Amino acid sequence: MRLELRDITKQFPGVLANDRISIAADRGKVLGLLGENGAGKTTLMNILSGLYKPDSGQIFIDGEERVFGDPAAAIHAGVGMVHQHFMLVPVFDVVEAVALGAETVSGPFGTFDRAAARARIVELSERYRLEVDPDAKIESLPVGLRQRVEILKALYRHSDILVLDEPSAVLTPSETEELFGIIRSLTATGTTVVFITHKLNEVLEVADDIVVLRRGRVAGSANPKTTTRQELANLMVGRDVELIVPKGPANPGKIVLSLQGVKVRDDRLDMAVDGVDLEVRGGEIVAIAGVQGNGQTELVEAIVGLRQIDAGQMTIGDQHIERSSPRQVSDLGVAHIPEDRGRDGLIAHMSVAENYILDTYHREPYSKRGIFDRKAVRDGAAKGVKDFDIRTPSVDTSASSLSGGNQQKVVVAREFSVPVQLVVAAQPTRGLDVGSIEYIHRRIIEQRDAGAAILIVSTELDEVLAVGDRIAVMYDGKIVGILSGADATHENLGLLMGGATFGPGAAA
Amino acid sequence: MSRTKRVLRAARVPILAVVTALLIGAILIILTDFDNLSRLGTDPVGAVLALIGGVVSGYGAMLTGAFGDPARILAAISSGSANDIATAIRPITETLVAATPLIFAGLGVAISFRGGMFNIGGDGQLILGALAATIVAIVLAGQVPPFIILVVSIIAATIAGGVWGFFPGFLKARTGAHEVITTIMLNYIAALVVYFALRSPEIRAAGSTSPVSKSLGPIVDVPTIIPLPGIRLDYGFVVALLMAVAVSALLFRTTKGFELRAAGFNLTAARYAGMSAGGSMMLAMALSGALAGMGGGFMVIGTVGQLSLDLSGGIGFTAIALALLAGLRPSGVVVAALLFGAMTNGGKLMGIQSGIPFDLLGFIMALVIMFVAAPGLIRSIWRIKVDKPAPELAVSVQPTASE
Repeated sequence: MRLELRDITKQFPGVLANDRISIAADRGKVLGLLGENGAGKTTLMNILSGLYKPDSGQIFIDGEERVFGDPAAAIHAGVGMVHQHFMLVPVFDVVEAVALGAETVSGPFGTFDRAAARARIVELSERYRLEVDPDAKIESLPVGLRQRVEILKALYRHSDILVLDEPSAVLTPSETEELFGIIRSLTATGTTVVFITHKLNEVLEVADDIVVLRRGRVAGSANPKTTTRQELANLMVGRDVELIVPKGPANPGKIVLSLQGVKVRDDRLDMAVDGVDLEVRGGEIVAIAGVQGNGQTELVEAIVGLRQIDAGQMTIGDQHIERSSPRQVSDLGVAHIPEDRGRDGLIAHMSVAENYILDTYHREPYSKRGIFDRKAVRDGAAKGVKDFDIRTPSVDTSASSLSGGNQQKVVVAREFSVPVQLVVAAQPTRGLDVGSIEYIHRRIIEQRDAGAAILIVSTELDEVLAVGDRIAVMYDGKIVGILSGADATHENLGLLMGGATFGPGAAA
Repeated sequence: MSRTKRVLRAARVPILAVVTALLIGAILIILTDFDNLSRLGTDPVGAVLALIGGVVSGYGAMLTGAFGDPARILAAISSGSANDIATAIRPITETLVAATPLIFAGLGVAISFRGGMFNIGGDGQLILGALAATIVAIVLAGQVPPFIILVVSIIAATIAGGVWGFFPGFLKARTGAHEVITTIMLNYIAALVVYFALRSPEIRAAGSTSPVSKSLGPIVDVPTIIPLPGIRLDYGFVVALLMAVAVSALLFRTTKGFELRAAGFNLTAARYAGMSAGGSMMLAMALSGALAGMGGGFMVIGTVGQLSLDLSGGIGFTAIALALLAGLRPSGVVVAALLFGAMTNGGKLMGIQSGIPFDLLGFIMALVIMFVAAPGLIRSIWRIKVDKPAPELAVSVQPTASE
């Protein structure tokens, strides 16, 4: 079916989330809806799925105007939505989860006709090569398969228009590839797909048309065959952005962080880090690449004092930190950008100002002898907000109401608000949009150029290649190779990440 | 948004919760007024008026019982008779007397909740504080001036309550034992400790068959604020207000309070920021218990003057409700405690004058708590729009650094 939105406008208190947005997607085509966080993508899709009512504007399906009073009306009209956060009951099996709310019933008591539902699900799963076991429990399925269950749910409800909201955010690269395969088989049978994302590569790969949103408006559209990443990025951000922040050659100085034979156990007491030797010098960025779950998290936690080490030596400068607390490590001038900012880096219900001083609150000028100087706190936070261009109504705003990029800027601003000799950054740009990624990279490179040693852990090869002066690959708790930034490519890093060992400089 | 506006906005749900509970209470008063209900068929107008009149006189009596009769207060003051004035203002002073231990215990609960600890043990901490104060008073009786006895016994009460609160905090921090379980159990232990102590002939009232302590009045008393006969309101109330200020300052002006709140909101982030999560738990629980214990001390030395097993009367639990009603704000705790004090105190006169059972108050208070716990219910009843910000805000506002 052909989908068309015409002049959709939606006003929230203080924000024009959608300003006369018009988009169209033809039958069997993929419309890529690209935009930064806060551009209005999700609002637009919530209007399309009947969760919000537009203040003005029309929705046409196959040329016929539709008004969606509620999500049921949208589903009835054939619009299926796959949300970023899945809505599945963990203890249900696939058949139950898919049929929930749209059960086929039979008999005088309206008994759930499981066999009929199962047959249909098997048929759909085969037709679109979703390869979902209908009898598997949801909780036993990996994230990628849960997403397919969500897609099945939409198809089961006869959706001809499928809206995918940031579908790759939770997927591994190979799962994303498989998702693209599914999208292709869906469009081949006439399903229209709206693919919402902020990732440039993905729209270029999968979309037939691209519409870029910026600040609630259509910033432009592009043909994926002729456009470039750079062009799309510029449209998204509204200025010329640098996808790869330029940096001069590293100027390594003395060793700041030194790890020797470090062994760390994870929460299940398995050896997660199994003898890591690594040195990071002042003025260089060492990036640790690797598939999630190869010990990177535990290694970072050990360095910053959050996890006991089993064996080995760790020093920062000439200080041993094997037994140091997070506070002691931090006092040595270590900035830590944690992997999961929502859980570890920020306190969502506290204000921007309070989050800005979260690990420096006990120092002057913010407090003296245990008493806060509230003016100093506010002034300090206001300076951080200004320096890092954090978009917030005020420093008293709760951190939870900021966008992901701005939350991360609060974390980075805080960590860089005091002089640092070592930066430990885990997934510093996960889930951020292009503009924010550029900004965070720039700030990290600034720290390097000021002489700090930088250790970045990332699962994104693009990030590792963009910022790393040296790239260490971690696999199964060990560093399986260290390449210079110049020698590293997607291919040789990918091989190392898969467990192959080769080449010069491969460390023990 | 201005400060007053913010406060009003925050107070909207609690206020409406109270109003709604009172309205439902009114319906219950009407539905149990069988005499007038049975007249509905024969004399509908008269019956309806009488039903409404019943509610008005019942709630009116509660108001008078809680705050006194203004005309009578004015008349008494102009007459100048100490006895008249005392009688006229007694309702309002008794409301403050009832509110005082609630403020102490409510502040305690607020602190523990702020620190992420669910302190159900207010009752035990309060009564153990009262026991400590009683023992100190009896031991020191006649040896040092009463004022010294007062100070030492209140300090002892505070420490005893604090220790009793610290235990579960320590157990949680060190072993992960859940504080809800441990504090509930420690309530029983505290009650039994008091029972045991009251068997001692040194403490027990001479010749009494029931487990109550000697009367402490002859040994020590908290000075009253208004020197009129029969007015029990003492400086414990003033100390309670000072504690509210102190708790507020601790939570929002000190680094310890910051650590406590940070740990309460998000334990892992607090650890990442280098704070001692266990330390915050123990501190929150110790302070919480100390406040409850101090309240127990002032009760037993001041207004009650005698330790008994039912001294607390569930204050530790009521405190949980009012701390939630107060949104865990110290100033809110004072207001909520005054409200609960007024309802308890005024409810007695309502019972006497209008024949509406005192139990109705328990009903209304329970409704208040339920509504506060379910803000969505209140919002839907009163059609309050939630002005939460739009998802994915595209705001670009310059930072404001103005106070």
